[in-house]
Amino acid sequence: MNGALLAASRISALVLAVAVAVHLYVIIDAVQQGLTAAALLGRTHGNWAFLALYGCFVLAASVHAPIGLRAVLAEWLGCSGKLADALLIGFGILIAVLGMRAAWAVFAA
Amino acid sequence: MSTANATETLSLEIWRGGAVGEFRTYRIPMRASETVLDAVSEVQRSTDPTLAYRFACRVGMCGSCAMMVNDRPRWTCRTRVGVVARGGRLRVAPLRHLPVVKDLVVDMAPFFAKWQQAHGRFEPGVAPFRDFARVAPASAERQAADAGIECIGCGVCYAACDVVGWNPDYLGPAALNRAWTLMNDVRDQARRERLAAVSGPGGCASCHTHMACTETCPKAIAPTYAIAGLKRLAIRAALGVRP
Ligand code: SF4
Ligand code: SF4
Ligand code: FES
Repeated sequence: MNGALLAASRISALVLAVAVAVHLYVIIDAVQQGLTAAALLGRTHGNWAFLALYGCFVLAASVHAPIGLRAVLAEWLGCSGKLADALLIGFGILIAVLGMRAAWAVFAA
Repeated sequence: MSTANATETLSLEIWRGGAVGEFRTYRIPMRASETVLDAVSEVQRSTDPTLAYRFACRVGMCGSCAMMVNDRPRWTCRTRVGVVARGGRLRVAPLRHLPVVKDLVVDMAPFFAKWQQAHGRFEPGVAPFRDFARVAPASAERQAADAGIECIGCGVCYAACDVVGWNPDYLGPAALNRAWTLMNDVRDQARRERLAAVSGPGGCASCHTHMACTETCPKAIAPTYAIAGLKRLAIRAALGVRP
């Protein structure tokens, strides 16, 4: 890893810490209030704050996870180099696309 | 060497051979207050003169006597048998992560080569300070350098660090700790080059903050914190923030 990846990993971790905390709070609150799926979607529909938060969550995860996996691949499986990096970039894009699709679906539902 | 408490037997398993070899068991009188180095010496003097091991000062200054003792790296001249023996047994092996020369002797060359790679040396520059540098003892830089300056280069932290085993390019805790002390030395003229050397692949960013180095360092140095300092500098440099 180099300084730029370390910076990206730390900054994305910072975003994730906030996003995960909010995410957990929302889950617990929704369960406590006994909200139905329909009631939940009613609140998230067209909610730009929701989309912004979960958009950041997804982007941070798509940056953070491949950087962590990169170390795991290199150190435990001896797999590093350009091919590994290309696969990891692909993995990051996959997380971003799937995550954004899910967030958008809940926003637009 | 006989003392009054030498009633039980110490069963000492010692690695014999090179990278390929085996543990051989030697039995000597148990003396809880002698050091592991004393016990190894006793085997060499009384039983097998071909046993190879390394030491110099015997008082915790030179850093040459480190070995794996019951699977944990330790300075053997300052480790008492009674503290580490389990059920009257001790297993002594060469330091991890370094090529074995013979028996308990490892080749420290890769360890010190990484110090050089990390620019772990003072660089006075082409135009050194003409006068004494005035460094306030209470300044943050002086205190940060002080915290890591007593390293004796024993390699205990290097043997304890799993990342060194997983990633052969990793510079390791001792070299990075030394680099950090120099990054805090106002007289040093190569801090930019050093930061570049410790920020690349195998540098400070590879540290997983396991703290095995800090846990085992016999000089109570905390390389983990030194590396955290380097990480802060590396992140600032990557973001273009001036130190
Ligand atoms: S803190 Fe870093 S250098 Fe120390 S043992 Fe852990 S990974 Fe190795
Ligand atoms: S930091 Fe501690 S354990 Fe590592 S080489 Fe220096 S004295 Fe030995
Ligand atoms: S023999 Fe010098 S430190 Fe142990």
